[in-house]
Amino acid sequence: MIEGINNFILRNAHVIDPYTNEDAIRDIGIMDGMLTDPEKVLNPLEIDLQGMVAAPGFIDVHVHLRQPGNTAAETIATGTKAAAAGGFTGIVPMPNTTPACDSASTIEYLRRHTAVDSVVRVYPCGCLTKNYAGEEMAPIGGLKNAGVMALSDDGRCVQNHDLMRHIVEYAKSFNLPVLDHCEDNFLKGPGTVHEGKWSILCGLEGMPSATEELMVERDIILARMADWKIHIQHISAKESVAAVRRARKEGVKITAEATPHHIALTDEKIYSYDTNYKMNPPLRTETDRQAIIDALADGTITIIATDHAPHTLTAKMVEFDVAPFGIIGLETAVPICLTELYHTGRLSLMQLISKFTLGPTELLNIADHSLTNGNPADITIFDPDFEYVIDKEKFYSKSRNTPFHGMKVKGKVFGTMVCGRLVFDDLAERRTK
Amino acid sequence: MELKWTRKDLLSLKELSPEEIVFILDTAAEFKKVSERNVKKVPALRGKTVVNFFVEPSTRTRVSFELAEMRLSADVINVQASTSSLKKGETLLDTIKNLEALQVDLFVMRHSAPGAQEFIAQHTKCGVVNAGDGAHSHPTQALLDIFTIREKFGRINGLKVTILGDILHSRVARSNVWGLLKLGAEVTVAGPSTVVPKEFESIGVRVCHNLRDAVKDADVVNVLRIQHERLNASFFPSDSEYATFFGLTPAVLNYMRPGALIMHPGPINRDVEISSAVADGKQSVILEQVTNGLAVRMAVLFLVAGCVKK
Repeated sequence: MIEGINNFILRNAHVIDPYTNEDAIRDIGIMDGMLTDPEKVLNPLEIDLQGMVAAPGFIDVHVHLRQPGNTAAETIATGTKAAAAGGFTGIVPMPNTTPACDSASTIEYLRRHTAVDSVVRVYPCGCLTKNYAGEEMAPIGGLKNAGVMALSDDGRCVQNHDLMRHIVEYAKSFNLPVLDHCEDNFLKGPGTVHEGKWSILCGLEGMPSATEELMVERDIILARMADWKIHIQHISAKESVAAVRRARKEGVKITAEATPHHIALTDEKIYSYDTNYKMNPPLRTETDRQAIIDALADGTITIIATDHAPHTLTAKMVEFDVAPFGIIGLETAVPICLTELYHTGRLSLMQLISKFTLGPTELLNIADHSLTNGNPADITIFDPDFEYVIDKEKFYSKSRNTPFHGMKVKGKVFGTMVCGRLVFDDLAERRTK
Repeated sequence: MELKWTRKDLLSLKELSPEEIVFILDTAAEFKKVSERNVKKVPALRGKTVVNFFVEPSTRTRVSFELAEMRLSADVINVQASTSSLKKGETLLDTIKNLEALQVDLFVMRHSAPGAQEFIAQHTKCGVVNAGDGAHSHPTQALLDIFTIREKFGRINGLKVTILGDILHSRVARSNVWGLLKLGAEVTVAGPSTVVPKEFESIGVRVCHNLRDAVKDADVVNVLRIQHERLNASFFPSDSEYATFFGLTPAVLNYMRPGALIMHPGPINRDVEISSAVADGKQSVILEQVTNGLAVRMAVLFLVAGCVKK
């Protein structure tokens, strides 16, 4: 036995595994951090998961940990604890830190600190361009050697199409997917919200859906040219969704993620001027929201990612115009998505789980993630029918900028296991031995 | 039935009932008489402190509010953004909290950020009167416009009112639209399509991009200023082209109703959105709007001050 790690038998778990299409109630054995035949587990702790789902560990490909640079809002320690509490066994932190993750040394910093502070797996992501300024290509080969698994200039979008073309081609030689925050700077202008009825009535500067659609179409063209993987981050407009659907049918290597807030909320919320409804891309209309849900159901969108964007109360308690974009999402994603997608009948549990598992691992090229004996024991445990009210004061995240506080949800994460360690454990009442 | 005013803040007309709007107008009519007397002062706000907190430059609105406060016998402090702590990095909320700690009663606030007053009103016990928040709302301007129209026609219900100009960037337009709709007017917004969003149709407003169609049946045309400071992108080619196609000139008056009122919230760009001949002509009530603004602001300050509980 490995010291400090318990062995487990999870009894009566409803195993739902998109990698193997398994949908069955069985016991899961865990020994020395690995999935094992339950009969062979020595000295196990036993937990009865009657009524709960056990799925391969959820991965969030879009998180801001804010370290280095803004540790008042979040740290590697608090952000990864929040991830664990949200049911995530792995996360991809975006590289737009200060300094940015645009060199091997920043990636080394991240890896050194995550080794000590992180309770979940952290898959590093490097910048596309130096200081994500969109002007010069970042040292992509060096980033790959330092351990990045993806590239992104998240928060900004490379406007120079020729530079972006070469980045995509160059990333291909290092087998790194390109993650893009799609936004045309001219069309965005000073926009803070979706351009439409509510921006007009509120007198807030709008950014039209075309701001995103234009760059999504650009990326489809470049992905086709380079025959390489571009992943559309936080897709928000129905036009972008239609473009991705069409491109995927043509065989272009395009994937897309949707956030829980674009799945659950629409832009009429901005009339409160509550800065927790200010995010980029912005909340859009009900038609856009429905298009995103349809695309999740038909497989056009393969990933749900949170865009967890912590900001201090001080930063958000200001005029709407000057508040930073973004909300936290790690600790609300699973309950919100169960409520809005599963309990509404739009997605099956198998489909929903695949958006947190199969979609992300295909993008990041992660193998051995199924709940098959011999694989590392990365498991997300949730009760899809447990009802509760979201309380931001109970979050592990250092920040509280959520629009979901006080919302009644159906579905709760009860346990998160990373390589055999229960890094989030709300299962005390289920212990039988 | 006597309506009781219950709001400590006046933030926008969207949230008011038609009865509340009429109540303000009736109160303003009483206060208008005060300014026509020899002694133009009443003790209504004696012992109250009003802070005119302007985070965006203003002359006419601030002077109008300041005079209204003086005629109500309030103590008045003017705070300008350029001289305030905001320049030193203090947050807006901290600045307001510090002023509140000095036991002031009311904030009259202008800010370039839409919703800033609503944000502040949620976090202070003092009353907040919105003197303009970005492109969102300017309720006292709309109230004085509606007061002026009502004075001339004796009603609002059924009147055809056209608001002409840069609707997109105009808080005056948005406030007038809500107030006029609530009181039963038929509202048209008009001007070039780049600055007159079709989304206004969703709340029952006619949207029109042809000047003649927009004004020919109107009882009132409210002309908005071309706000060069807000037009940070190319919305139309030039002032002269704007004047040619959308300016209110004597030629345009020829195909309007003879008794139609011409209004403008000021300041005027003469011979851009309105010709001097029209602005100074007999249909123009532009200076009466200014006079009525004082009465409306006295009424608003009086009503909200009565609801501030400290």
